[in-house]
Amino acid sequence: MTRDRRLPPPDRNALRTQSLILRTTGFFLLPLLLLFALFLLLRGHNAPGGGFIAGLVASAAIAVHLFAMSEAGARRVLRVDPRDLIAWGLILALAAGVIGLFSGQPFLTAHWLTVSLPVFGELKLGSPLLFDLGVFLVVLGTASTIIINLAEQDT
Amino acid sequence: MLTGILSGFLLAPLAPALHRLFPRYSGWLLALLPAGLTLYFFSHWHTVTQGDTVMSRFAWVPDLAMPLSFMLDGLSLLFALMICAIGALIFIYAGRYLEGHRDLPRLYVLLLCFMAAMLGVVLSDNLIVLFVFWELTSITSYLLIGFNHEDANARAKALQGLIVTVGGGLALMTGFILLGHIGGSYELSELITRGDTIVAHPLYELTLVLIVLGAFTKSAQFPFHFWLPNAMAAPTPVSAYLHSATMVKAGIYLLARLHPAMGGTELWLLLLGSAGAITMVLGIFLALRATGIKRMLAYSTVMALGTLTLLIGLGTRTALLAAMSYLLAHSLYKGALFMVAGIIDHQTGRKDFLDTGGWARYLPVTSASAGLAALSLAGVMPLFGFIAKEQLLEAGLRLDHALAPLFIAAIVIAAALGVAVAAVIAIRPWFGKPAPLTHTPSEAPPAMLLGPALLASLGLLLGLIPGLIDRSLLSAAASATLGEAVTQPLALWHGINTALLISIGAVLVGLVLFRYWQGFRHYTRWADTLSRFGPEQAYHRLMDGLVALSSGQTRLLQSGYLRYYLINTLLTLVAMVAAALWLNPDALKLHLDFSDIQLHEGVIAAVLVSATLAAVTLQSRLGAVASLGAVGFSIALLYVLFSAPDLSITQVLVETLTVIMLVLVLFRLPGFLRLTRTRTRLADALVGLTVGGMVTALLLSVLGSRYHGSIAHYFINESVPAGYGRNIVNVILVDFRALDTLGEIFVLALAATGVYAMLKLRSKGDTTEPEKTHD
Repeated sequence: MTRDRRLPPPDRNALRTQSLILRTTGFFLLPLLLLFALFLLLRGHNAPGGGFIAGLVASAAIAVHLFAMSEAGARRVLRVDPRDLIAWGLILALAAGVIGLFSGQPFLTAHWLTVSLPVFGELKLGSPLLFDLGVFLVVLGTASTIIINLAEQDT
Repeated sequence: MLTGILSGFLLAPLAPALHRLFPRYSGWLLALLPAGLTLYFFSHWHTVTQGDTVMSRFAWVPDLAMPLSFMLDGLSLLFALMICAIGALIFIYAGRYLEGHRDLPRLYVLLLCFMAAMLGVVLSDNLIVLFVFWELTSITSYLLIGFNHEDANARAKALQGLIVTVGGGLALMTGFILLGHIGGSYELSELITRGDTIVAHPLYELTLVLIVLGAFTKSAQFPFHFWLPNAMAAPTPVSAYLHSATMVKAGIYLLARLHPAMGGTELWLLLLGSAGAITMVLGIFLALRATGIKRMLAYSTVMALGTLTLLIGLGTRTALLAAMSYLLAHSLYKGALFMVAGIIDHQTGRKDFLDTGGWARYLPVTSASAGLAALSLAGVMPLFGFIAKEQLLEAGLRLDHALAPLFIAAIVIAAALGVAVAAVIAIRPWFGKPAPLTHTPSEAPPAMLLGPALLASLGLLLGLIPGLIDRSLLSAAASATLGEAVTQPLALWHGINTALLISIGAVLVGLVLFRYWQGFRHYTRWADTLSRFGPEQAYHRLMDGLVALSSGQTRLLQSGYLRYYLINTLLTLVAMVAAALWLNPDALKLHLDFSDIQLHEGVIAAVLVSATLAAVTLQSRLGAVASLGAVGFSIALLYVLFSAPDLSITQVLVETLTVIMLVLVLFRLPGFLRLTRTRTRLADALVGLTVGGMVTALLLSVLGSRYHGSIAHYFINESVPAGYGRNIVNVILVDFRALDTLGEIFVLALAATGVYAMLKLRSKGDTTEPEKTHD
């Protein structure tokens, strides 16, 4: 049986069935789902989406990759330990809140900055986006910490 | 003034670095701060003694109308000067006393924080701010008493002090809130002008009792006096500071401060007078029974605190002036005596009067300071303590009240026993047969002598020339306490009057008692038996009971089985809702209206119910998980139908991830060994149906009742202009109610930490076979 070179070899120790279909779809689903998560995160302020949902989609992407490939593969996709994502998420969310304090307003007061970009036109960047990014990271970090560590348990 | 108070907190973190740079002179350098603060407060001397008040105000939490407001009047000035001046001496003393001690920098940090907190207590104008500083003194003094934290005894005693004072603090806080409520203001400067309104209010008695509880626990009044002698576990410089000018005087300060607002009533006199008189006699009696140097001094502090409480309770012009004189006199001699006790320990290693004797020739300056301070304690001419005691006797003799004879008796007994205690301190370690020592003791270094010598001579100076302070500082302090101007000069010699005769009698009786000190102790052994039923035993019983209670309820509630936790939680919920409904039976109005239900909605509901039934009855775990998934997806569908796309997406995603996680867990579980018995399942079904039925009923009745107008319109209207977003749900999450979301993601992070810890702990520590599940 010849194997497509682009696909990583199956992990013999993995707990799941060695399904070629799952591995192939997983390979393509990962970037698509992550892009979708990013899309949801950015559009969230105006249309259904947002940090929480995006975080869940991204976690689903990681979970699919984990089932299709391996736990180590899932960790490689994240590049950092999922626990660190939680911490960074909390820091970003807090930072978004602190911005308001500097101008003498209460904690978590929203601040907006309008940026004009040549291609995209007017872009409104605000501390809520930063906050949402924090939520995204915490959700992603929490879900993937639980899933990856559960999967890595060897009984 | 704010800078002055906060400077202690600001310097505290730098103290260890300063100590590393100048290890030998760190005490002197740190003393510069309290010394500077002393000068600062002296700069207000003229203004304040003229009867003016220095106010300062900073917005702190403007939303709660809670300003950092401070007030400097005569009473505050007296306390602030004592705190800073004695504080400076303590720093110099501690730097040498604990020289080379590993934790000396920590002591500096704690002492600085404590001093700043104490200044905050005596300068705060706002009740809440005062309370914050009050609790800060409790916490810092806990750390100071438990300074030798490797000693289990020190830890236990520190905890005892903390529990007693913080327990009183709880009562105090309630009292403060009531006081702010009935006085119509949280500013002391306002409250002290509204005494008539406060006293006439029906809640006055309750408020007074609560506040007095707080003050009594802090100032070690009977029956809370036991924590103070136990606080001797602290290093001597700390004891000297806590006992002389600070901590225990905080309660006295509070009572004096609130006298114009709450004093002058029969209840005030009864509470403070009786507690003060009992504490006074008990304290000095126990002091004379003690042989440990610090223990005797500590009990004599209890006596002094009782005296001050009694005087404030009497509340007359003479009594309050006497209180202020006594306060100052006590701070001076008690600070000096504790430092002397430290010197004796430091130079000879002896901690008990019975092991001392005949050292006056080796420690001339120390013994002279001890003698002067003890004379002031005894109230002997011409020390300042004498003036204070004459005032005290005058105040008692002039009192026109049914209880006056009792108070006078207490004062006279305390005076006589006080002379005996003073004699022990002034004579026992210095004269008579020299106690054997392995080496000849040498005089203490200057840094340790400065404090006691200065404080003791100040007692002499003020006794000889009371004009230095009587019509300025003390009058101003007494005026602030009384609420009207007091200008009464003090004098050493009043001619031969009743007070003087009593004084002389007390000295004679005291000397006789000293002569037969051992006999006195022998014949009062019954006190030890009696103390077995004392308040300290009650404290221990209470603590043991608390531990027993908490371990009992832990055993009951923390069974370790998830299903019992679930049952407990759910049944508690049912009980609480049922109780609310029972108290308010009209609240439950079911709004049953099935007219506008569409067919497809009915189908989803049917799917929901059947999926739930399947989840309950299926015997395979995977099947049950799948059924629960069906429940979740049906709910998501409902969200779509009721136009909540965000909720729906979230529900679908959460459902998916839940199934993934459950599968990961279930994958490793062994198959069911046995199923639960029918009886258990019926009981579970009963719980489930009760909870489900209750929630359904609640939802149906909530739908029909609305107490406040809907805020949905606000969010809909403000979402784009204020939040720049058209997705209202998201704008609420990240902008309008971002604080809630912040809390939620912290909870999420905690949950992840918990799961992670559980997985890692199990895989590392527990290599045995996981417990077989049987449900």
